[in-house]
Amino acid sequence: MSEITYRDALKKALFDAMSEDDDVFIIGEEVGRYGGAYGVTKGLYEEFGAARVLDTPISEPAIVGAAVGAAMAGLRPVAELMYVDFIGMTMDQLGNQAAKIRYMFGGQIGVPMVLRTQGGTGRSAGAQHSQSLEAYVMHTPGLRLAMPATVADAYHLLRDAMRQPDPVVFIEHKGLYTMKEDVDFSASVPPWGKAAVRREGDDLVIVTYSRQVHHAMAAAAELAKKGIETTVIDLRTLNPLDMDTVRDHVERVGRVMVVAEEVMTAGVAAELSARIHEECFDFLHEPVIRVAGEDIPISVSVELERNSVPTTEFVREVAERLVADRVHS
Amino acid sequence: MAKSSTKNTATGPIGTSNTGLIDLYRDMRRIRTFEERVGELFVRGASAGSMLHLSIGEESAAVGVAGLMREGDTFTTHHRGHGIFLARGADPKRMMAEIAGREEGYCHGKGGSMHIADMGLGHLGANAIVGGGIPAVVGAGLASKRDGEGAISVAFFGDGAMQQGILYESMNMAALWDLPVLFVCINNQYGMGTRIEQATKGRHLHERALAFGLAGETVDGRDVRDVQEVAARLIDGARAGQPGFMAVDCYRFFGHARMDKSPYRTEEDETEGRAKDPVSFARDAILDTEEAAESDLKAMDDEIEKEMDATIDFAVQGSEPPLASMFRDVYGPDEPEPEPVRTRIDRILARD
Ligand SMILES: Cc1ncc(C[n+]2csc(CCOP(=O)(O)OP(=O)(O)O)c2C)c(N)n1
Ligand SMILES: [Mg+2]
Repeated sequence: MSEITYRDALKKALFDAMSEDDDVFIIGEEVGRYGGAYGVTKGLYEEFGAARVLDTPISEPAIVGAAVGAAMAGLRPVAELMYVDFIGMTMDQLGNQAAKIRYMFGGQIGVPMVLRTQGGTGRSAGAQHSQSLEAYVMHTPGLRLAMPATVADAYHLLRDAMRQPDPVVFIEHKGLYTMKEDVDFSASVPPWGKAAVRREGDDLVIVTYSRQVHHAMAAAAELAKKGIETTVIDLRTLNPLDMDTVRDHVERVGRVMVVAEEVMTAGVAAELSARIHEECFDFLHEPVIRVAGEDIPISVSVELERNSVPTTEFVREVAERLVADRVHS
Repeated sequence: MAKSSTKNTATGPIGTSNTGLIDLYRDMRRIRTFEERVGELFVRGASAGSMLHLSIGEESAAVGVAGLMREGDTFTTHHRGHGIFLARGADPKRMMAEIAGREEGYCHGKGGSMHIADMGLGHLGANAIVGGGIPAVVGAGLASKRDGEGAISVAFFGDGAMQQGILYESMNMAALWDLPVLFVCINNQYGMGTRIEQATKGRHLHERALAFGLAGETVDGRDVRDVQEVAARLIDGARAGQPGFMAVDCYRFFGHARMDKSPYRTEEDETEGRAKDPVSFARDAILDTEEAAESDLKAMDDEIEKEMDATIDFAVQGSEPPLASMFRDVYGPDEPEPEPVRTRIDRILARD
């Protein structure tokens, strides 16, 4: 076991994959000499050279498009999009090309590429550098989507992503890069597509992913002091989506909150809520409550930014109110 | 039309004199000092975040071009746009307040350094998307052309944006429709840690514009009068319906943003780059011709220091935007605001 950051776990995943497979290469802005805007690829350029860690001009559509072509040609590209906020610029290459090639071409070829990027709030980075845009990806059949919350998952999910036959969008959280954990990399984690139950309790289920897992866990610890026992499900991947695990716990407990940092409307949380309502209707004591980001852009103001997305306190407060009703129902 | 102006002449179509140079110096000095104060605001922990991009070393591009714009003209900038906005007449106090994320700022603390804007001065917005602000000048140019008042629209962006496809789509449209538009590339040699040679083999940036039928020139940014001369020519052309492009060669004196210590470049590179300082170049030129004495310039500098010191006080004493303002301006003023998540949850939980 060794203490390692989320950032270094990602780097280790890239390092290990590149060491094992010559076809894996990295392409993106500032990924080489600079080491990545958030330092994830630092040292890989020195280790593997310019042919396998490609610094690009600021040309997002061509970066993603080149990864699509390279994947079709037999390589294993890991492209980096510096901020998920730029995904709109690449949406044709991602949504019309990468996502649809296997299907349109009758299964002749797949696009086994990974697009690493990061999102979320926490740096006063303003409206165009703080978003959570996973729903854009989840709304596109053909794209896989992974969002690691823990250091171990930063490693394992990225390794798994690089083994997929199809394009994977891999969204890190900018607020987690410096988070440290003791990780035994040889210890097993749930397989790709399986959620992790981070905590189990009988009063409430919180379904969440990415950084909000930590808010949910912190809230759950507070709730436990008041005798409220919470199950926290970390989805890990949003496509594939592990509804089996969600259903098992929802049916057992009957009270559910979905917690996400993205804006609430038409988001991942909305999809989860709809599925839980449809699939677990008879087991629910209360409607599924979405605790998600406000339906607004993110301000640069520290205070406005902080209040635009769920905080631990807010998650705890809503959880308490949801469970308080248990006495009356 | 292709021309590379690197000479240090004082004359231009607008008849710049050395008195003019003193004004130009003052405008550049104000930008320099303002940016230094932005750095201080960050060090004091009073800025909203660290994504602050100083335009130190690029003052001549801002002053040489924006100083020639007039009422009714519009412009967009990239993320390193403080200097351009100041040169166009912005209130540095309200700018600093915005950079601190305060209610008193130009955008009530919602935009910050990278999204500052002011419709009163024709500033259609700074941008955190490289290239994101460029096509807007095509639309603004269409509007200017229809109005027939001779207004132009100017897009300011960095060398990094030269590799974004949207620039070429925009220049092509501007040329196709004879729009009163100017594209200004502030070539500070770097896009984050990437030197321009590492981003493109096509180094004669203005030639790309020529290929689309724009007028195009590259100018050395060391002497603001040269920049102004080229800008004057291209702006005159733009007002007459000949869109233009200019690249201003300069150097990004400091790191990309506040956390970047530029480990990817050498000290020699920095020394050489900083030798192209447009502010000290103008100062020396003024002293050489004895248009003003050292003591006059010192007095001017001191006055500017005081003015810019006050921007920090103003920003620090400013107020946090009220929480309720969070939901304002997502839509138009008479439209309902988005329902807060909390209100929605209250509504749902109150049901039973
Ligand atoms: C579309 C997009 N890609 C990447 C970035 C990240 N980024 C911000 S500034 C920058 C460098 C821009 O260089 P340049 O255009 O030369 O402007 P400068 O910073 O030198 O003023 C990069 C890559 C971004 N903000 N937007
Ligand atoms: Mg640059």
